[in-house]
Amino acid sequence: MNATYIPLEQQPVTAQLPERGRVAMFALIAAEAAIFTIFVVAYIFYIGKSLTGPTPQDVLAAPILYSICLLSSSVTIHLAVKALRVGNVGIFSWWWFSTIALGVMFLYGTATEWHRLIYKEGLTISTNLFGTTYYSLVGLHGFHVVVGLLCLTLVLGFALTGRVKQEHAYRVDVLSLYWHFVDAVWVVVFTVVYIVGR
Amino acid sequence: MSTDSITWPQAETAAHPFVDKLHEWVTTVDHKRLGILYMVYAMTFLLIAGIEAMIIRIQLIRPHNDFISPQVFNRLFTMHGTTMIFFVIMPFMFGFANYLIPLMIGARDMAFPRLNAFSFWMTAFGGLLLYFSLVGANGLYGAGNAPDVGWFAYAPLTSRTFSVGHSTDFWTLALLVSGFGSIGTAINIIATVFCMRCPGMTLAKMPLFAWLNLVMAGLAILAVSPLTAAQIMLLVDRYLGGHFFDTQAGGSAVIWMHFFWVFGHPEVYILVLPAFAFASEIIPVFSRKPIFGYPVMVGATVAIGFISMSVWAHHMFTVGMSAAANNFFVISTMAIAVPTGIKIFNWLATMWGGKIEFKTPMLFCVAFLFQFLIAGLTGVMQGAAPFDWHLGNSYFVVAHFHYVIVGGILFCLFGAFYYWFPKMSGKMYSETLGKLHFWLFFIGFHLTFDFMHIPGLLGMPRRIYTYEPGRGWDTWNLIVTIGVFFQAAGILVFLGNLLWSYSRGKAAGSDPWDAWTLEWSTPSPPPAYNFFVIPTVKSRRPLWDLKHPADPDWEFE
Repeated sequence: MNATYIPLEQQPVTAQLPERGRVAMFALIAAEAAIFTIFVVAYIFYIGKSLTGPTPQDVLAAPILYSICLLSSSVTIHLAVKALRVGNVGIFSWWWFSTIALGVMFLYGTATEWHRLIYKEGLTISTNLFGTTYYSLVGLHGFHVVVGLLCLTLVLGFALTGRVKQEHAYRVDVLSLYWHFVDAVWVVVFTVVYIVGR
Repeated sequence: MSTDSITWPQAETAAHPFVDKLHEWVTTVDHKRLGILYMVYAMTFLLIAGIEAMIIRIQLIRPHNDFISPQVFNRLFTMHGTTMIFFVIMPFMFGFANYLIPLMIGARDMAFPRLNAFSFWMTAFGGLLLYFSLVGANGLYGAGNAPDVGWFAYAPLTSRTFSVGHSTDFWTLALLVSGFGSIGTAINIIATVFCMRCPGMTLAKMPLFAWLNLVMAGLAILAVSPLTAAQIMLLVDRYLGGHFFDTQAGGSAVIWMHFFWVFGHPEVYILVLPAFAFASEIIPVFSRKPIFGYPVMVGATVAIGFISMSVWAHHMFTVGMSAAANNFFVISTMAIAVPTGIKIFNWLATMWGGKIEFKTPMLFCVAFLFQFLIAGLTGVMQGAAPFDWHLGNSYFVVAHFHYVIVGGILFCLFGAFYYWFPKMSGKMYSETLGKLHFWLFFIGFHLTFDFMHIPGLLGMPRRIYTYEPGRGWDTWNLIVTIGVFFQAAGILVFLGNLLWSYSRGKAAGSDPWDAWTLEWSTPSPPPAYNFFVIPTVKSRRPLWDLKHPADPDWEFE
């Protein structure tokens, strides 16, 4: 009795369920969005509440060029995935590399901005509330860009050694969802920090 | 359609050395083994946190007692609360979800087995990190100590100034790490339920267990993440000199409360929805009737999920919010009682006219119904802000939430243990010991938590390590502490029953309860691959259809 099945009906699988990678990535994005929401709420709540300078009006300048870099990387990664779907690995690798390059450009922009703020303006994370919230929010986003770039670089390594093929388009597509999310968050962060916050 | 019974030879007849077995368990990605690991782990912490509660109650048994020092008292209630929420109830619930969801929806494993193992070990190491504070919290300065800031760790108590050493850091990191585990498990549950169901099992034909855990997982994703964010902010404050919760630099202590309770209240529903899931499976089987109002149950669950995200500040009426905020949170708190009430009526209607068998799981679920009702009623009382201004921070609050968590959630958990123990172990538990456990725990629970309301109404505040005689609190505290020993005896009987039945119990067979969901179609315990053939279902009760071919459910659904 112990090892007995109650017999069940069996039929060939016909039902079409959603792909698990895509569902899981959307769930992860929801969780990440909740984390960012809390940081954005904290940033907005503390606008103008710093007791000492420097203030956003004094020191912040909108990094428009670097923002364009990051946002256009959404286009390049889309083109990359589109190329892989039809099996064009060469075009895929090229667009994928462009995505990474644009992401690195964006990080370089953040690095120069932070360098200027720390060494020239004397704003660190412990200077005042503005510093605390600014570095946390922008840093959290930057951290996600770094994680995304590491994943993208891994895939580029696979592509250059010939291991990425047409049948992997689905997986690469799931990864691109994450990258689109990172870009979309930047739109919110940019609006809050460089437009509302000033 | 295959109709033969398939008998499998016992694959693992040769005795394995202990190291091999240990290696198998540590490296496992099987959802059933991970489920059992979760439960064993939670059981260990249940004993630890239970002993902490006993020490707290012994200290409060009479006025001016000096069983433990005030410092130790603070550490004990912090550790008790944190452990019970994060390292007992949550792992129990995740353990059951892991074990049962794939079996119930006709899948061979969770959607991401390795993510599953990763999540378990994150949770496990989170718990170890919390208790490692006893050794390492003071860092190089000397002997360690446990966190003592309360389980919700209000600012500015957690700032470097008021919490020197590393005890608060251990608390923060433990919750951060186990939070990643919880989010991983939640993602896994969602992907499993949406993507792994067997043919024929539409969302409307899933067992309610899967539905409730799906909503729980959604809540976990939206609620645990804010806690993660708040813990990151606290770490920035403590390690990098940030000012998020630093009132001296313009920061706000109240915003920590908001961030914590944005997590904290949905968390209650993360814990209670799986308990509802147990009740929704056990009550129909022991009433010999299908669940009453399945679509309404699903709707009420989803409604609870949404409303629970907007009630958090009823934990903060005494902070002094604006009248508009108070009104909003009073109304939303009252509103959430409606879908919860619908559920209670549905369970009652399921039992109504049924052929009720009072086996141990059913006893626990019936007690749950009445206790959870009372817990809900005291909740509605405190949901009214003016009433809460009087009772906030009193033992009435402590009695209320223990009524929810012990009288509601833990009772359902015990019921679930007895109900699925035959499936997980292949052995039948002892009904006599099970009933003894129920009555001991039932009496202990009511002695402790019924009488705990009264010193609260008489003005006894929470978190005091001792009190003056002659305030009318003495007798009540004595009764409350006596109840704790009944509960402890009940837990010992429970553990004894599990261990004894596991080694000596008689074989349970694949379907001891004549139940209707898919997990009872597999052998007990189920093999690693669960189902020899992936089943096809036509109704919410596939095994009923099979056992009663002349009168199948799908003709009526």
